[in-house]
Amino acid sequence: MTMNAISRSQIYVLDQDEALDFYVGKLGMELNTDQDLGFMRWLTVNLPGDPEREILLEKPGPPALDPATAAQVRELLTKGALGGYLFMTTDDARKTHEDLVAKGVEITDEPEERPYGIDFGIRDPFGNRIRIGQMFPRA
Amino acid sequence: MSRAVEESNRAMLRARDAMDRAYAQPLDIPVLARIAYVSEAHFIRTFRATFGETPHRYLQRRRVERAMALLVETDRDVTDICHAVGFSSLGTFSRTFRQIVGESPTDFRRRTAPANVPSCFMKAWTRPSSFG
Repeated sequence: MTMNAISRSQIYVLDQDEALDFYVGKLGMELNTDQDLGFMRWLTVNLPGDPEREILLEKPGPPALDPATAAQVRELLTKGALGGYLFMTTDDARKTHEDLVAKGVEITDEPEERPYGIDFGIRDPFGNRIRIGQMFPRA
Repeated sequence: MSRAVEESNRAMLRARDAMDRAYAQPLDIPVLARIAYVSEAHFIRTFRATFGETPHRYLQRRRVERAMALLVETDRDVTDICHAVGFSSLGTFSRTFRQIVGESPTDFRRRTAPANVPSCFMKAWTRPSSFG
């Protein structure tokens, strides 16, 4: 058995419209699917030109989670402890950082050269961490 | 949990992120409280309730963690590193470092090898915490 791709990942968001504003409007991702399934809004985005890898922006709540559990998820998310983490790559980390600063995105780590590349950290409006790196070729 | 608690958490996280990002600057409670849009007394109390330690302790240990990283990843001298992470006195830095890490900066540098993982994980996992 060999798996060959990571096709979808999920993070929790508190407000799906606000999430779209951030991930599409500020980060420049593309809307992949926005479908009301009745029991949930299936909302996914992807990096431009890469529709095979989607990120599901899921709102925690009933019926998937009972209200008390959803409240715990929201509490952990807003204090940055839930663990949702996206890693993205770019051709020019410093330029991407500059663009995101101009758009008012919260920077958690300024760009820094590391053995693996140049990268920096940002946080989405809900508390999820995102790291954007210009990676050096692997040895 | 109420919306107010979520908003408070997010504001405290924003202040904590500022400490992680701007640790070398003279960040004091008034500055951090302004980032979180709360009074100074409320900030200290709420930060501690949210993250389990006071903002002062969090920042002090972030600075020590950054010093640990610079000691291992660069050949800069200890005085230079002390100032680079936000301490104004070498004596305070050395004493605090030893108190928290259990050895001097020089001894720490001698026995530690760099780890090639994203720096955000280094910062999260190698900051000497209040929780063991």
